[in-house]
Amino acid sequence: MSDIQIVAAPPGIEGSGFFATKIDEAIGLARSYSLWPLPFATSCCGIEFMATMGSHYDLSRFGAERLSFSPRQADLLMVMGTIAKKMAPVLRQVYLQMAEPRWVMAVGACASSGGIFDTYSVLQGIDEIIPVDVYVPGCPPRPEAIIDGFMNIQKLVQTESGRRREDPKYQELLAKYGIL
Amino acid sequence: MAKVTNEELLLSLTTKFGEAIVPEGEPFGLLTVEVNRENIIAVLTYLKAELNFIHLTDITAIHYPEKEKQFYVVYHIHNLVGGIRIRVKVALATADVHIPTAVNIWDGANWMERETYDFFGIQFDGHPDLRRILNVDDMTVFPMRKEYPLEDPNRIDKKDYFFGR
Repeated sequence: MSDIQIVAAPPGIEGSGFFATKIDEAIGLARSYSLWPLPFATSCCGIEFMATMGSHYDLSRFGAERLSFSPRQADLLMVMGTIAKKMAPVLRQVYLQMAEPRWVMAVGACASSGGIFDTYSVLQGIDEIIPVDVYVPGCPPRPEAIIDGFMNIQKLVQTESGRRREDPKYQELLAKYGIL
Repeated sequence: MAKVTNEELLLSLTTKFGEAIVPEGEPFGLLTVEVNRENIIAVLTYLKAELNFIHLTDITAIHYPEKEKQFYVVYHIHNLVGGIRIRVKVALATADVHIPTAVNIWDGANWMERETYDFFGIQFDGHPDLRRILNVDDMTVFPMRKEYPLEDPNRIDKKDYFFGR
């Protein structure tokens, strides 16, 4: 007996030889289990991420087997570590290069709020320059916390409209950051 | 070559420059002298050319808000052959933070002076390219000066009302 679990199908109408559901839900389901994360690791949270990707915690189980080191193929930007103000334009450029749909996760205290680096040279949270979907607390967060953050991203992906970028609320959010 | 002692070094400096060299003691065995702005290049040139201080370890600055001359530029120089170091300080008035560049003596002074300018706003006259080196280009302050707060003003999660203060 195999103990592999298959994800449940989204709610829909089933009959003999057919199954009907909403395309948003089907696509959301597919997307959420094949996210390609872009690890933007600048310090110790990046080390925790390496453990998360390693065989013990194994983020691949959630469909994130394939890391994308090019923003153009990535779905999820994982910012892990202190972002100095000099790094801010680089991070913003990476975000702009990502294609829609795109999600952002701020891992750890530094990426979320500047952390212990309350100083003139450090960005006080990446949400000063790009919109963030999920914040993971911790200094650094344990791999369990990163996985929890990742599962929250998956929930977002599953429940969001397939046309997120046409949503006026989303456009307003991007406009707030000067991104079109 | 024999080791050079602090006494020999100080003697050769005072013989050459006399009153212009003000000894400040030897904290942790490191001979420290103060020189004024007019003589600094002559002293540095002499140290390198005649006394074999070929290695410029560092240039930095200090801000003493309580002193009359608030800014000190500090040179750390190393004589690798004689196994001795020296610290040379120059005091600068707050309204006039100009000092001649040492780039013509040591090429390595270039980035060190840029860093000192970046953090303290010291103007090195004659420097070929005096612009910021570590901080963001559009920074308007000199962050290591004590009149500027160390904390980032955009920080909100440490505001008092989050802690009932």
